[in-house]
Amino acid sequence: MAAISREEVAHLARLSRIEMTPDELDHLASEMQLILGAVARVQEVAAADIPPTSHALPMTNVFREDVTKPSLSPEDALSGAPAREEDRFKVPQILGDAE
Amino acid sequence: MALNYDQAVSKYEPTLGLEVHVELNTNSKMFCSCSTVFGAEPNTQTCPVCLGMPGALPVVNAKAIESSILIGLALNCSIAPYSRFARKNYFYPDMPKNFQTSQYDEPICVDGYLDVEIETDEGPKTFRVDIERVHMEEDTGKSLHVGGATGRIHGAEYSLLDYNRAGIPLVEIVTRIVPGTGKYAPAVARAYVTELRDILRSLGVSDVKMEQGSLRCDANVSLAPIGSGKLGTRSETKNVNSLRSVERAVAGEIVRQANRLEAGERIVQETRHFLEESGETRPGRSKETAEDYRYFPEPDLVPVAPDAKWIEELRATLPEKPSTRRKRLQEAWGVSDNEMASMVNAELLDTVEATIALGAEPARARGWWLGEISRLANEKEVHPTSLITAEQVAEVIALIANGELTDKLARGVVEGVIAGEGSPREVIDKRGLKVVSDDGALMTAIEAAIAAQPDTAERIRGGNIPAAGALIGAVMKATGGQADAAKVRELLLKHLGQG
Amino acid sequence: MSMIHKTATEMAQALADKSITAVELTKQHLDRIAAVDGDVHAFLHVDTEGALAQAAESDAKRAAGETRSVLEGIPLALKDVLTQKGVPTTCGSKMLEGWRPPYDSTVVSKLKNAGVVILGKTNMDEFAMGSSTENSAYGPTHNPWALDRIPGGSGGGSAAALAAFEAPLAIGTDTGGSIRQPAAVTGTVGVKPTYGGVSRFGLVAFSSSLDQAGPCARTVLDTALLHEAIAGYDERDSTSINAPVPNVVAAAKRQEVKGMKIGVIKELMGDGFQKGVLDSFKQSLDLLQEQGAEIVEVSCPSFDYGIAAYYLIAPSEASSNLARFDSMRYGIRVGDDGQRGAEEVMSATREVGFGKEVKRRIILGTYALSSGYYDAYYGSAQKVRTLIKRDFESAFNLADVLVSPSTPTTAFKIGERANDPLAMYLADITTIPVNMAGIGGMSLPSGLSADDGLPVGFQIMSPAMQDDRMYRVGGTLEAALNDKLGKPVWAQAPELVVK
Repeated sequence: MAAISREEVAHLARLSRIEMTPDELDHLASEMQLILGAVARVQEVAAADIPPTSHALPMTNVFREDVTKPSLSPEDALSGAPAREEDRFKVPQILGDAE
Repeated sequence: MALNYDQAVSKYEPTLGLEVHVELNTNSKMFCSCSTVFGAEPNTQTCPVCLGMPGALPVVNAKAIESSILIGLALNCSIAPYSRFARKNYFYPDMPKNFQTSQYDEPICVDGYLDVEIETDEGPKTFRVDIERVHMEEDTGKSLHVGGATGRIHGAEYSLLDYNRAGIPLVEIVTRIVPGTGKYAPAVARAYVTELRDILRSLGVSDVKMEQGSLRCDANVSLAPIGSGKLGTRSETKNVNSLRSVERAVAGEIVRQANRLEAGERIVQETRHFLEESGETRPGRSKETAEDYRYFPEPDLVPVAPDAKWIEELRATLPEKPSTRRKRLQEAWGVSDNEMASMVNAELLDTVEATIALGAEPARARGWWLGEISRLANEKEVHPTSLITAEQVAEVIALIANGELTDKLARGVVEGVIAGEGSPREVIDKRGLKVVSDDGALMTAIEAAIAAQPDTAERIRGGNIPAAGALIGAVMKATGGQADAAKVRELLLKHLGQG
Repeated sequence: MSMIHKTATEMAQALADKSITAVELTKQHLDRIAAVDGDVHAFLHVDTEGALAQAAESDAKRAAGETRSVLEGIPLALKDVLTQKGVPTTCGSKMLEGWRPPYDSTVVSKLKNAGVVILGKTNMDEFAMGSSTENSAYGPTHNPWALDRIPGGSGGGSAAALAAFEAPLAIGTDTGGSIRQPAAVTGTVGVKPTYGGVSRFGLVAFSSSLDQAGPCARTVLDTALLHEAIAGYDERDSTSINAPVPNVVAAAKRQEVKGMKIGVIKELMGDGFQKGVLDSFKQSLDLLQEQGAEIVEVSCPSFDYGIAAYYLIAPSEASSNLARFDSMRYGIRVGDDGQRGAEEVMSATREVGFGKEVKRRIILGTYALSSGYYDAYYGSAQKVRTLIKRDFESAFNLADVLVSPSTPTTAFKIGERANDPLAMYLADITTIPVNMAGIGGMSLPSGLSADDGLPVGFQIMSPAMQDDRMYRVGGTLEAALNDKLGKPVWAQAPELVVK
C-alpha cells in the first residue's frame, strides 16, 4: 500500500471541485491512508477470473418509446436557481473550453 | 521561408483521423421525454432528468438505439451483442450532472469501414476509411457569454445557460487513423464527411445540418517525414462547421505543423479551434491538469443487448447506399457529375426523383427545382421543398409538355402556387394564364402584324425566313405573351406561303 | 382518544369504523411531534398545512366511499432524501438548504395515490452517508430509548419518529443498512426490498447500484402494508423490476414456518458482537425452531470483504452522483462575487455545502475511479461483489431464508465513534452484503439486550424477488416474541418527556 501524499489529495480535491485548506488536506491525507489501508483488502480475493458485478440483478434492454411528454415550465425549471436572467440560469463566467 | 501546402506535402506524410458527432433527429431526448425541436425558447424543453435534478433517473430512448444500430450497419460495423453506457466524469456548467452519459469501452458498434472516392491526378481513386467505433452519448446545454467581447468566452462577465439541448442524443463515429492519403488528405477528409452525411441523411436518422451543429466534425492530423514510417504527434481541430471547412482545416493544420517541424519545433498534442475567416487554427485553452474522466459503468442504466433478430430486422430496412443510388440515377437521367452534385448539395435529389417518378422529364424536373424554384427559395431563405410539392411541379411540367403552358406562363403558375393561390389548375384559372391556341384569334393578331409591317411581310414572302422573328415578336406582344410562339411561327409562315 | 401508540393496522380499522377521522389522527401526530421532537429531532421539516390538507381530502374521499387503499388517512414520516413537490428536500445537507423540488418521487406519488398523509421530512446523515444520523448538517437525531444515544443511520429520523410515536409509518432508504440498522437500534421494523422492487425515481442518489427505498413501521404487518403501497414497476427507473410484487401482506399474516429452512450465517455472529445481541439472537432462533422451522448453519466466507468492497463502490458512485451539486442550477451558491469564475465558485460552494463525511467519501471515490487505480480498487470491489453474490446463491441452496443479528451492537452513544470513521463503518458489517447482492433484508426487534436494556434487531434475508419469505418468517417470529415477552418491544420504550 503506497502512501497517499498531501499533493495527491489536493489533486483529488481539484478533480472533485472541493476547495480545501492546507489543514484539511493534511487531515484528509492521513485519514485516506487509514481507510485505503483497510479497503485495499479487496485485492486479496479479486482474482483475474472473477467477473465484476456492476448491477446486482442481471437485466438488459430497458427502453422507452420515442414519445415526447410535457417538460417543466421554465418557472419550475428555474425555481431553484441561485441566480437567473429571464429564463436562463445565470452562472459566473466560464473559463476554459468545453469538451 | 515558410512552406506552402505543396511544399509541406512533398516533405511530410499526413495521417488523418476523424471524429464526427451527429445529433439524432428523435422526437424526444436520449434519456427523457423532453422535445428535441430546434430553436425553442430557453429552458422550455427541460425536466428533472435533463436538468440533472437530484433524484432524477435516465431511461434510454429506443429510437436512439435503433438509429445507432442503423448507422453501424450502414458503415459495415459489427453490432455489439452487449454494450453499456458509462459515465464520463468532468465538471462543466453546461453539463447538468457534471458527468456525460456516454459509452466507453463497450460501444454499440465496432470495426466498420466507409469507402470514399476522390479525384486524383491519375483519375478517380477509392480510399477505405476504417471505422473504429460508433457510440452513443448525450449533448450538453448551450451557454451565452455576457459582457466582454460579444459572445466570446474570454473576458465575459457571466454566462447564461439554456439546457434545451442538454440530453439530445448524439452518436459519435470515430475512424481509425487513415494513412497513405498523401497530399489528398484534405480531399479524403471532405469526401468522408460528405459520404457520411449522405448516408446519415439517407437513413433518416439525423438532420445532418453542419451549420446548425447537428453534424460536427473534429479532425485529427499528424505529420511524419515521408518514408520515415513513423506516426507524428497529432492535434485535434474542433469547430469545423462545413464540408469546405473540413478540407481547409486539414490543409491548414498540415501547413502549420510542417512549418513547426521545419523550424525544429515539437508538435504539441492539443485541441485547436478552426477559424472560419482565416482558415487557420488556434490553440484551445490548455487545462492546468490533465483530465481524468474516471469512467465507470452507468449504474442507473442496464446493458444494451440487441438480439440477432432485431439487428436483422433493422438491416432489412437499410436504404440503398447513396453512392450506388447516385450512380444509378445519374445513368437513368443522363446527367453529368456536376449536375448530380448540385442536386445533392441543394438537398433536392429526393425531390427531383419524386418529380420524375410522377412522369416529369428528368431535364425539366431538375431544371425547375434547381432553377426558378431554388431562386425563389433563396429569396425567401427557405428550402425549395417548403414552397411547393413534387406533385405540383410535376403537374406544371405536364402542362408544358402538352402545350397548355409555355415556360413563361409556367413561371407565373409556379409563382401563384408559392403565393398560396391554390393548385396549378386553380392558378391558371384565377390568373387567366392560358396559352392562346385558338387559330382564329391568332390569325387576327398575325394579320394585324402584317398590316403594320408590310415590308417585313414582303421579305418573308421572298424567302427571308429569319425576318419572321419581328412579326412573331409583334404577335406575342399583342397577345400578352399567352400565345405559343411555335404555333404563331407556323401559322405566320403558312399564311405568307412559306409553310 | 389518542391513537398514537396503536399500530397502523389498528388506526386503519378505527378510520374504517369512523371512530376517528384522518384529520384528528393527523393532528394527534402533529401534536406529538410538537411535544417530543424538540428532544428527539426526528424531523427536519413538518408540513403541518400540507398534512392537514391531505387528511381532509382523505376524510372527504372516505365519506364519498372512495377509499384509495387500506392505508387511507394514515400518517407517515418521509426520509428527507425523497423528493416531494414543493416541500423542502435537503438530504440532511446544507447544500440543498431551501430547495423545493418541482416534482414528486415515485414513492411519494404512490403514497399520495394510496391516500397516505405525509407529515414531513425526517432527519438523516448527509446524503445518506453514515450510521448514526450524526452527519446531518442540521444536528443529530436522538434515540427515543436513550436520548444520549444514536438512532442509527442514515435513516435515524424515520426510525426515531416510529419509536417516539410521532408517526406509525415511515419511509427509509437503505444503501448499506440505512433502514435496517436504525430499525434495530430503535426497536422498530424496517425492510430493504429486493433492489428494483421499489422505484428509485426521486430518491436522491448516494450509490445508485445499492440504494433502495423501503418501508418502516412498528410491526411486520404494518411494514408489509406500506411495502405493498410503494412497491412495483416504474417505467421512469431503468433498474425497476417489471414483475408482480410478491404478496408480502399475506406472508406477514401467515404466522407459520413449519418445514422452512432457516440458515444462520456463521460469519455474522462471531467476534465483535455484543453478548446481549447474540443472546437475543439465539433466543429468536430457538423460538423459530419451536415453530417448526429447521435451523441450519451456512458459511459465506466473502462477507469478510463486504465492508471493504462497500467503502469503495459506494463512495465511487457517490463521487459521480454528487457532482451535480455545483451551485449552477439549484441549491446554495457561495463566493459568487462577480470576479470568480464558475469553477472557483463551484469549489467554494462544495467546500461549504458538504460536510466532512461527504467530502471524505467523494475524495475516496474519486481516488478509487482514477486511472491507474480503477482496477485495484473499484474493479476489485466489483469482483468481491460477485463473490458475495455467489456466497448468497450457495447459502440459498441450503436455506429458504438467512438470518443474523441486524447489528453487532445496540445503539452506541452520540459522539462515541464520530472521529473514527473505520469504527463507524463497522456498524454496517451485517447489513452490507444484502445490498451488494441486491436481495431483500428485514430487521425486526427481537427483544432487549440483557447488558444494556436497549433494543436488539434480528435480520432476515430472502432471495431476490422473494421478499414474501422474510415477511413470513418475520411475522411468525414477532408473534412468538410477543407471546414470550408479554408485549411488543416497541411498546416497552421509555416515556418521553412531553413538552
